[in-house]
Amino acid sequence: MELTDEPTADIACTLNGEAVRARVPLRQNLVDWLRYGAGLTGSHVGCEHGVCGACHVQVDGAVVRGCLMLAVQADGTVVETIEGATGSGRIRALQDAFFNRAALQCGFCTPGMLLQAAELLERTPDPSRAEIREALSGNYCRCTGYHAIVDAVQTAAASLRA
Amino acid sequence: MPDTPLPADGWIGRPLPRAATRRLVEGRGRYVDDHAARGELHAAFLRSPFPHAAFRITGRDAACALPGVRAVLTAEDLAPACRSWRTESRAFPGLVSPEQGPLARERAVYQGEPVALVLAASRAIAEDALELIDVEWDELPAVTDPAAALDPASPPTHLDLASNLAWRTEFGEGDVDAAFAAAALVVEDRITFTRHTGVTLESRGVLATYDPAAEAIEVRLSHQMPHQMQLHLAELLGLSMGRIRVIAGDVGGGFGIKMHVYPDEVAVCAASRLTGRPVRYVCDRIEALMADIHAREHVMQARMAVDAEGRILAFDVDDIQGLGAYSIYPRSSTVEAMSALRALGAPYHFGAYRARLRCALQNKVPTGQYRAVGHPVGIATAECLVDLAAAARGEDPLEFRRRNLVPEAIMPWTNPAGGRMAELSHTACLAEFERLLDLPSLRAEIAAIRAEGRCVGLGFASVVEYTASGPAAYGPAGVPVAAMDTVVLNLEPSGDVVARASVAEIGQGIQQGIVQVVADAVGVAPSRVTLHTGDTGNAPHGGGAWASRGAGIGGEAAWGAGRKLRAEILAAAAALLQSAPEALDLREGQVTDANGTPRMALADLAATVFFRGHDLPTGLQPQFTATHQYRREEDTFLTTNGLQASLVEVDTDTGLVTPLRHWLVGDCGRRLNPLLVDEQARGGVVQGIGEALLEACRYDPGNGQFLTGTLADYLLPMADNAPDITLGHVETPYSGSVLGAKGAGEAGTCGAPAAILNAVNDALASRGARVSEMPITPAVILRALGTLEAAS
Amino acid sequence: MKPARFDYARPETLEGALAVLAEQGPEASVLAGGQSLMPMLNLRMARPGMLVDINRIPGLDAITLAGGVLSIGARARHAEVLASPLVQQAAPMLAQALQHVAHPAIRNRGTLGGSLALADPAAEMPACAACLGATIVLASAGGGRRVAAKDFFLGVYATAIEPGELILRVEIPAIATGWTHLFQEVSRRHGDYAMAGLALALRRKGAGIAEARIALCGVESATRRQAEAEAALVAGGIEAACQVLGGLDAMGGEEVTAAHRIHLARVLLRRAMGTRN
Repeated sequence: MELTDEPTADIACTLNGEAVRARVPLRQNLVDWLRYGAGLTGSHVGCEHGVCGACHVQVDGAVVRGCLMLAVQADGTVVETIEGATGSGRIRALQDAFFNRAALQCGFCTPGMLLQAAELLERTPDPSRAEIREALSGNYCRCTGYHAIVDAVQTAAASLRA
Repeated sequence: MPDTPLPADGWIGRPLPRAATRRLVEGRGRYVDDHAARGELHAAFLRSPFPHAAFRITGRDAACALPGVRAVLTAEDLAPACRSWRTESRAFPGLVSPEQGPLARERAVYQGEPVALVLAASRAIAEDALELIDVEWDELPAVTDPAAALDPASPPTHLDLASNLAWRTEFGEGDVDAAFAAAALVVEDRITFTRHTGVTLESRGVLATYDPAAEAIEVRLSHQMPHQMQLHLAELLGLSMGRIRVIAGDVGGGFGIKMHVYPDEVAVCAASRLTGRPVRYVCDRIEALMADIHAREHVMQARMAVDAEGRILAFDVDDIQGLGAYSIYPRSSTVEAMSALRALGAPYHFGAYRARLRCALQNKVPTGQYRAVGHPVGIATAECLVDLAAAARGEDPLEFRRRNLVPEAIMPWTNPAGGRMAELSHTACLAEFERLLDLPSLRAEIAAIRAEGRCVGLGFASVVEYTASGPAAYGPAGVPVAAMDTVVLNLEPSGDVVARASVAEIGQGIQQGIVQVVADAVGVAPSRVTLHTGDTGNAPHGGGAWASRGAGIGGEAAWGAGRKLRAEILAAAAALLQSAPEALDLREGQVTDANGTPRMALADLAATVFFRGHDLPTGLQPQFTATHQYRREEDTFLTTNGLQASLVEVDTDTGLVTPLRHWLVGDCGRRLNPLLVDEQARGGVVQGIGEALLEACRYDPGNGQFLTGTLADYLLPMADNAPDITLGHVETPYSGSVLGAKGAGEAGTCGAPAAILNAVNDALASRGARVSEMPITPAVILRALGTLEAAS
Repeated sequence: MKPARFDYARPETLEGALAVLAEQGPEASVLAGGQSLMPMLNLRMARPGMLVDINRIPGLDAITLAGGVLSIGARARHAEVLASPLVQQAAPMLAQALQHVAHPAIRNRGTLGGSLALADPAAEMPACAACLGATIVLASAGGGRRVAAKDFFLGVYATAIEPGELILRVEIPAIATGWTHLFQEVSRRHGDYAMAGLALALRRKGAGIAEARIALCGVESATRRQAEAEAALVAGGIEAACQVLGGLDAMGGEEVTAAHRIHLARVLLRRAMGTRN
């Protein structure tokens, strides 16, 4: 990245299980840093105003909108993206269910949707269809119409309880 | 090609997941903005803040001096690198659409029109620079309402055009006036459809890299038709097509939004040409809402004449389309209106039709093709009239439809709107529909809910859709759109098949469908087929993704190429095995005899041909690359048919409408992959729910300012705004192709708004109220109920 | 869109934060949850000279119940407040209202203090604070002060917070015997800002209402207790209260008119009282 007079700060965090140090522009948001700075392009940008959920990542164990946090705020935190959640295997049941059920088409909403669904299942292991719809009501999908996503979350929930 | 039947237990028709989605669920998608480019510049656009304004850029020095800024470019700067364009079509003689360029000159005619371009080390710095460009804006009167735009007293959308009429036409057969004079019943309505937009979650984006040494450009683009863009970039940049490579990798939703030539994307390519640097541009959500094509702004004044037996005699329609400031390039925004008017009443038999269309220029972003292109407007209009007629006759709206659906016996039949009805399965679909809904139980359930005091309604929509457009759609119009497809197959030394196809994957799953076709056509497992699409550097020329054409057209090309490759394989195997090709079969990568006894592995055959040519008989030159190009010679469109029903609840206190359940039965011919077709239907339905209840591009009635500029204002259906959607199927393979597949991806959107509108009106009937506009917002309901006063 | 530049401070102590805020004055914006501030920064609608990130300061997110007072730290996340048994026990209205606030990922970061400081007229937390008679405890380098909710919300995005001040916590009298809490709203979609919302606390006596506390969101530009409607409800019943609501100076708009908002407020009140509209 070309040097300009952009004000930056140094951060240290745990990113997908690895200790990472980086110099980040103060005004760069977390998802932009993850994508451009850390090369983790699995989190996506859909709106930059906190509505669509494409940018979901996990910070200190909670799902957050990556466009509504600054990269500098990741300092001292534990961050997990879709790549880390995949590598650890913790969302495997959901990923398999989404794949088998065709609960994704273009795939752009999918990482954010998976992380939110995973948080739902941690808190509510046997959610009803209405509960699933409400929990995912902050994740915009244009392709699927959501029905298959609800099916997939229920399938994953059942397999995790088995 | 010999007409060979499909394998009985083949891959075609199996509900397999799309193999490529394994990458996507792991966050390994590669969308445009995921690709890095060394030495890239980031682009940001200065866009007109006014719907209509003259402007003068008076100072760029401060912007240029900002550290990290490389260039501030205007129309004059881009002119040496890029031509302007004008939308023209012989299908729309006399179309008024002024010249457009990558950046506006002197005047902006829609809010969001790009006016200047900044290239900088980061997007943030580029945006800083935008604020430092000195611009004098001279605001001009803005034309927004399409009907008002057609009033001669209206201010002009373009100062040098006397009128805001972009195009007009009148068409239809039969004596409409006589039909209405003789009618036992005439029903009429005026329905207002509000402009809205596609909102692909991945917004448009481009990464253009011009190599000044090679005089060639590589353009990574989120687009549905990379070959079309290759063609137009060649024209506009003045480069040969061979020097342009357009790559559409993973595309995060298209829906027609990404079908068009956009000035900002062209400007980025021109900027890369000028600077010799890679230039990256991502259209952010604010820009997307404002500057992506919009769609579906129509005022439909429509009448239907019915005889004493309840048979439709005629439709008479007046359509005012809000077209936008320009007609979209290259296809023309007027296509949407014609599609709406052709779809109106298409399920039904009637004797006379008159459609009058006026397309109005307005100071709004151009409209263009958006999923289902016009069908929702035409279908909602007709289906509304059908319900009015049924109610006037005191009969079940489904019975009215049953009586009027085009009977199989008279097909093929061209209706008075010029739509050719052939091989439709209205009877079978209706039967499946009734079975699926279990109407007696459903009606009893509705009665019980109503007895509790809840306001619920059931609405129907009958749909005929024109899919998989053939060459006659654009060819005679002189618009260079490929309505054909090409598939090239290579057999690899390992026995794998590498396929390159001109279809485009935008999430609908056509890649998977083509893989299944190739697998069956050749005789290998799908896991041994690798398909490449979207890169003009290796995918052959063809149509890409529009009008739900991938299966019907691309599928035929894939089948043809597969059969050719199979024939070469069997000929070579026969020569080596001293047998005859007719005595051999190829299944799951094994050459077998007619009984299925394995004779030779395809991998061994391939290795022999590639590496042990000395073992081949003299004169045997196997051609293990096979190509087939397919265009449909008959039938401009493949018509499909279906029915939808919506059960909604209207909260008569708050005006909120909740879709409770939705059903869809469709016949799209042979489904290459029923799983993926089903989910296309569901996704399409929910887009239609958005159209019916939530989505609207709103403008200030005074100054024309765009009011719904963020996702907090532009409301999209989320998971809890959509019901479960029950599907039923009828499969009538198209007789004019080997696979018999027709278009499937847009049917849900075609009919869902109509079903919702009719359901709402069914609910409101008990209150003596009805609505005639979309979206049906709470205010619309409350005004219809008299709770709120009518809008001024 | 990307934000304009700003300086950034992340004080580790409250004293440090207050010192920075005193020094920066109106140039500083407090970054807590960021769920409202970040969109405004990204859209360049907010352009502070400095962001003061208070997410590291200890002691700002405690939820305690003592002496009949529920105390919620300003930086308590909506998700924490929603899940807190103390909140459920002492101010169930908050838990009801928080179910309408945005979506899970936003509730994981958004804070009570942030919502109150923003004072969006369509937001749920200010209406609850007004209804429940909350006290907003402020601190600055010059000292602290306590502001009653009734004096706190001044208009659209306008509060009694002075430059240099930070909300420390919100103190809410715990629900007393005989009282019930209810929060309900009407919005286009779940989680959207309310077209109209009702925060209602009631003490019934027999078939009637002994005391009522009513606040609305989405109706007036500044949320407050609706004293006139409360009095009418107690003295004259629901229709009297609805009559009073008709006189409110409701916010207008193309999409949702003033008349529409008032109508919805009445619907909510009738539904809360269990009568048909």
